[in-house]
Parts: sequence; structure tokens; C-alpha cells
Amino acid sequence: MIFTLHIWRQQDSKSDGYFEQHDIDVDLETSFLEMLDALNEQLIVAGKQAIAFDFDCREGICGSCNLVINGAPHGKHRATTTCQQYMRDYADEKELWIEPWRATAFPIIKDLIVDRSAFEKIIQAGGYIEMRTGSAPEANTMPIAKQVADEAFDSATCIGCGACVAVCPNASATLFVAAKVSHLSSLPQGQMDNQRAKKMLIAMEGQGFGSCSNYRECERACPKEISVSNITTMNKALYKSA
Amino acid sequence: MKDLELDSHSPKGSLEDRWTQHKFNSKIVNPANRKKYTVIVVGTGLAGAAAAASLGEMGYNVKTFCFQDSPRRAHSIAAQGGINGAKNYQNDGDSVWRLFYDTLKGGDFRARESNVFRLAELSSNIIDQAVAQGVPFAREYSGYLANRSFGGAQVSRTFYARGQTGQQLLLGAYQAMSKQIAEGSITHHSRCEMQDLIMVKNHAKGIVSRDLITGKLETHMADCVVLCTGGYSNVFYLSTNAKGCNTSAIWRAHKHGALFANPCFTQIHPTCIPQHGALQSKLTLMSESLRNDGRVWAPKRKEDCDKNPEDIAEENRDYFLERMYPAFGNLVPRDIASRAVKLICDEGRGVGHEIEGQKLGVYLDFAQAIKKMGLEAITEKYGNLFEMYQRITAENPYTTPMRIYPAVHYTMGGLWVDYNLMTSIDGLFAGGEANFSDHGANRLGASALMQGLADGYFILPTTVSDYLAQQKPFDSERNFPEAEQALKAAQTRLDLLLNAPDPQKTPDDFHRQLGQILWHACGMAREEKALKVAIVEIQQLREQFWQQVKVTGTDTELNQTLERAGRVADFFELAELMCIDALTREESCGCHAREEHITEDGEAQRHDDDFSYVSAWQYSGNASLPSLHKEELHFEFVRPNTRNYR
Repeated sequence: MIFTLHIWRQQDSKSDGYFEQHDIDVDLETSFLEMLDALNEQLIVAGKQAIAFDFDCREGICGSCNLVINGAPHGKHRATTTCQQYMRDYADEKELWIEPWRATAFPIIKDLIVDRSAFEKIIQAGGYIEMRTGSAPEANTMPIAKQVADEAFDSATCIGCGACVAVCPNASATLFVAAKVSHLSSLPQGQMDNQRAKKMLIAMEGQGFGSCSNYRECERACPKEISVSNITTMNKALYKSA
Repeated sequence: MKDLELDSHSPKGSLEDRWTQHKFNSKIVNPANRKKYTVIVVGTGLAGAAAAASLGEMGYNVKTFCFQDSPRRAHSIAAQGGINGAKNYQNDGDSVWRLFYDTLKGGDFRARESNVFRLAELSSNIIDQAVAQGVPFAREYSGYLANRSFGGAQVSRTFYARGQTGQQLLLGAYQAMSKQIAEGSITHHSRCEMQDLIMVKNHAKGIVSRDLITGKLETHMADCVVLCTGGYSNVFYLSTNAKGCNTSAIWRAHKHGALFANPCFTQIHPTCIPQHGALQSKLTLMSESLRNDGRVWAPKRKEDCDKNPEDIAEENRDYFLERMYPAFGNLVPRDIASRAVKLICDEGRGVGHEIEGQKLGVYLDFAQAIKKMGLEAITEKYGNLFEMYQRITAENPYTTPMRIYPAVHYTMGGLWVDYNLMTSIDGLFAGGEANFSDHGANRLGASALMQGLADGYFILPTTVSDYLAQQKPFDSERNFPEAEQALKAAQTRLDLLLNAPDPQKTPDDFHRQLGQILWHACGMAREEKALKVAIVEIQQLREQFWQQVKVTGTDTELNQTLERAGRVADFFELAELMCIDALTREESCGCHAREEHITEDGEAQRHDDDFSYVSAWQYSGNASLPSLHKEELHFEFVRPNTRNYR
């Protein structure tokens, strides 16, 4: 099937970007990124520069891939990263607009690649449990209720892709922060640091992300279906520590 | 090149005391002096992030590098099933000795006793460490940690976090590393790829890196260098590895004199989603844990292969793993399961898509498990894996059995290291999948995470300290002609890739061709004639690559085509070494199945008298003429026998 693609091209963070049009004929069983691979091969053979885009594991877990497809971060298939979108999902759309994440805190590096190092700074501000290698007690010393462990896991499943920021009208990273705070602060091991939420939120603001104003778009765009209830959990931790 | 003495530096004495004694004998650096030493860690997956975090905590000045945009994206993240720990929480008779024995036997007796025992010994500490970091392992209703079974073991010792154990463990290590970055003990460089190793008077003293955003080449000097850059499965083009995984760092080290051990030992994982088309860029693994409850079968009769699986009557199904290996059933080790699947498909009883005229797939069926345990229990255990399968294939595994076929997944081979995880280059260490140390000729499931973290958290911090304690801090501010030379060499190589005389084909195009050659000659079955043909084909294709590779763009900008070309160039040289190694090892063992050395029952036939050694290859200046060094394996505590899972 033939698709018409409008792809964002931008030489570097300082240049202006523009949409470039390409037509491509692909099998519907091809994955979205494999479709772009095929296009890139054609471009290289024609002597043109390949379109730069981020990807790595291609199984939905590393969080590298990040395309906005027809206005939707990661594309139309819910709870799915870009790399696991297939062209069969787009069989009824002949025209595709492909763009990078757009947020002040995620400057464009080239074409569809953005700089997400702001997320690193947030984790560095407190997204960890302080524990020196080798100092851990025997693992079963402290039982943790299954439900607590399961809920911590649900929060911990965040892949740090940034779709929550890309979809948010405020370009807020609140869901990203909240997921990490809920994961760590709900476990007994993580409760020593009661300033975690505060430190991470300050870092978030410092990196140029907006604040949360309850649009709840983040939850819908999240490929790992992280719930906005994490934000409630974080807020609780925040007020407790105040 | 001078003759190398291959000394594993394994301690002597009783196995249980070796690591304890070795730690005591190791030298330590006074805490006040630690920040005078710089350690470079390349690769920040499980092993690299854990090593960097631990060395940083100890007070060393650590510099880390990864090609991804964050250490959190390293491919360790994709490990699904679990991590082994000899805790014996299930009271099923597990012990350090049993894990040691299972691992050694699983590797078909081609690993060092000392190393494997240390791994089993540390397994328990890793679980403690991870839990304290907040890794949300699965728990029972009692609140205590849950376990499941994995291949090659008759005890339940695998700890897991749903189907995302690697993710959770990596995030633990990444967060520990992030803390050290914030405290200034680690300086981290993301989107930065190692181009070469800098040698100063035969010691590893730095690296040349390329900033993947600006293209800028830089030199970084240090007191020692640690490579935790993962495995090289992508030499086959199609594998379950992330697209970026590559051999470049260890290959460049190899070219400077680091021996490459057992290059042909590559694990083919039995349960991957079968290939569906020519444009496919990678294969996806379905966790081995699925074999706990899923039953593997194929139609008994060829004429049933095109039918819907639901329409094939029970008596016409061949649950071949259970039939062939009644003792371990669906949980036989990976190499054995993979060969059995290949055998069935070669008989013409495969199902699903045809690739090159053959149906490559068998069923992995959960119907009975769902009936027995209920939908909810199965969803709880495997929900995310089922979703992943459905997303990729558009088929529902709750109602239609999954189709699976083996795919390249892990490489047991890697840089040769001694007991200290130091390569044959002084001051160059290798950890995690990048070294060859613990898995012999076949790795058991849930052992990769264990090894990466044992190396990173516990072994490297001790052995790197011991190394540093024996020398004065290095003056990294000085100008080194060696660094300048390495930088120039890296630039020359980039120029060659950008300016092939007759540019025609993309790096991926060459890579796919290389992968095909290697998969057929050096994949699940290997044979002398085919290997010899493959070696010539690889040489010819490599020649063509340097003549015809087409790389657009420049080296002073973000250029993914150039990155890929550089990695493929290294794969071309490694591929030949893999074939040479496979050709030289005239026996079958673990993953390495030489068709000339298979028993009547189709099992691997080891020849311990001649091949009970680690093959360690030295680069000679010509990729086609490596020289072989043998590290003989001595078994003092176990007697290598024929692996029997029947």
C-alpha cells in the first residue's frame, strides 16, 4: 500500500525545520519504524541524508523511540510505543504526518530526534533509594504486602520516553516524576527520603517543564498506561513532607 | 607479537573459600587517595551501571560512556524472565553448590569452576541489593519474595518482576548511578560511542570517543578502562538484541591485543516470534518463563500444518519436548530446545509463515494452563508478554497458540578475562556479556542478569581497586602522543567509510547479506564445508563493503548511517573469526552443534580429551589469520559428564 508521508526535517537545534514529503509503498505487516528504515535505504541510495530518528530495542521497553504520528505521540495504537505500531494500524489513512516530541525542555537535536537529558536531571535530583553497594540486609527480612509490591511495580514500569510531556498542553513532566515517586515512596525501603517528591519537582521546574493542570492527557498517551493516580500519591507524599 | 601465557589467576584451595580469600588478598586504595584515580567505564547497562555506581560510591573518579541517549535504555532493559539467586526460599533443595553445578552443566562444561562458583555465591547478594534499591520483585501473598522455574534447573530459584525483570534491575542500577552523577563522582557521556582504545606502553589508558550529536572525536585518559559493552548477536543482523548493540568496543580492544574467547558460542533462544517478512529489522523474544506453563507442540502429520491449530485433534499433536525429554519436558536448556524445534521444522512439520520455502515455527500453547489455573492467574503471570505478542502478530495468544522459532539472543563468547575480569591487556577489564567468563557453551535462563550484576556490583569494584592499588595515579593531564595517534586513526577510519571508491549499497544492505551467510553456516548447525565456504564469502563481501558502502552526510553532524557503517565494518571481521573458531572446534558442545559430531539421538557429542579448553584468539594484524591460544579447563570439583535432560 502507498502512503504519503510528511516528515519533519531539521538540520540541528538552531536551524528552522520543515515538512518533507515522501511516498512509500510498503506491506501492511511492516512495522512503522521498518517503514522508515525502508525509506531511509532509498534516500541513501539516492545520495540523500537519511532521516534521523531514535530507536533501539524495537520491542517497546527501552523508551528510545518517540514519534508523533498524525498528532498522537507514539501513534494511534493505544498503550503502544512507536516501534510496536504496524502499518496495518494505518490502513485507512493514506497520509501520515510524522513529527518529533515538542516541548521546550526537549530541544530538537536533528530531524525527529530530541534531547531528553532533562529527564536525567530529574532522576538525579532524588529518583533513587540511597543504599551503598553491599550494605543490603537479607532480602526476605522485610516482607512487603503483595498489593504494595504490585502497585509499586505498576508505577515502576515507566520507560522514560516522554510521551506524557509531548502530549501535555503544559509540557509538564508531572506523570514521569509521580511514577518514580510513587514507585519508590510506596516501598518501605524508599520511605527514608521524605523530600523526594519536592526535590524532583523542583528539578522538573528548573528544566523548563510546565506544571500539571489536570488535563490527564498524559495517562492516555502513556505507552505503559501509568495512571494519573500516581500524581495523587505523589501529592500526598509532598504534603506529608511539608 | 610475543607469546602469551594464559593464566586465569584462579585462586587455589577449597572452592567455597576462593573468593573470600581472594578479596582478602586483594589490595585496597586508601579512601583519601581514591579520587586521584580515574576509571573509564564504557557501556552502562547492568554491568556497566552497577560497576560505575559502586566505584563512584567508593570514591573513585569515574567516567562513563553510552551510545544511547540515557543509560536507562541499555539493552539489559529488555531481559524479561528473571534472575537466578540460590536463596532456597522454596525449600526445594537449592544451594550455591546446586546453582554452580547447574550453570556449569548447562554450559556443557566449557567454563571455569572458580568463576562459576563465585557467580553462584554472589547470586544471593544481588537479590538483597536489588530489593534494597526498590526493585519491585514479584511477591507471594505472605509478602515474601516469589520464585519461578527456568530451563536447565529442577529447583525454583528465579526471582522476577512480571516479564520486565531486566527493566527493573537496570533502573535500580541506573538510579544508583544517577545518584553518583549528582554527587559528582561520575561524569557521564550519553550519545557518545567509543571509537578506539588508547594504549600507553602496553597498558590500556584511555579511549577515543565520538560525540554522536556533533561528530566530535575526543580522547579521554584514565588509570584503567572497563568495557561493559554487551554482546555481539547483531553480527547475524536479525537477532533479539536492540538495533544499536554492537561489537565495536570489544573488537577494537581485540585489535590492540585483547584475546577474544569462544567467539562461536552464540545462544539461539528457542522461543522467539518467527520472522514474517524481508523488511524485518529485528526479532522479538518471548521469555523462557513461558515454558513454565506453555506446552510446545507441532502437528504430527505434515498435512495438518496448514490447518488452524484449534482444528488439530489432541492425538495428532506432537508435544515433542515432553516426548524427547521426559525429565525436564518443556524446560530443557535453550540449546536443546532450539535444536529440537529446528529438527521438527526440517522434517517439514513447521507452521506459520514460509521463509525461503520452509515453514519456520512451532506452537507454544497455553490452552491447558488456562483451563487448569484460570485466565486470571495466567494474565497475572504473563499478561505483558501476551500483549506484546498480540501487538506484533495481531493474534490473540489467549485463544490461539503462539508460534515460536529460535533466534540469536546472547553471546557466551567475548573478551577473554582472568578471574579478576581483566583481559589480556593490562588495565583493560571486561564485564557482563562483553566477557566470556561464566556461561561456557550455553547460558541458562535468568543467568545473564545475575552475571552482569555480579560483575558490576561485586567483582569489578574489588578487582579494579586491587589493580589501582598497585600503581601510582596516572597523570592524565599530560599530552600523550599515543592519544593523538589513536585520534588520527579513528578519523582516518571515518574518512574511509565516508569515501568508499564506488559507493552503491547501504550499510544495512551489507549487514543483511553478512547475517544470512553467518546464520546458515554458523547458526544452529555447523559443518566443515559450509564454514569454509562462509569464510571465503565473508572475505569477499568485506572487500566489497570497503569498496561500495554508501554513507551520506558528513562526520561532523549526527549521522546514524555513519554510526551503522562503523559497526558493520567490525561485524565483518568478527564474523570471520566466529567461523574460524567454529571450524577449529571439532566437537559439539552446548550451542555449538557440529553436524559431524552429533550422537545418534541428535545430542551434542563433546570430545573432552581434545577440546576441554577455552579458545582464546589473538589478532595478528590480519583478520583472516588469528592465532589460537588455549586455556585448558581443569575440573577438580565436578566430573564433566554427558548432559542428560531425558
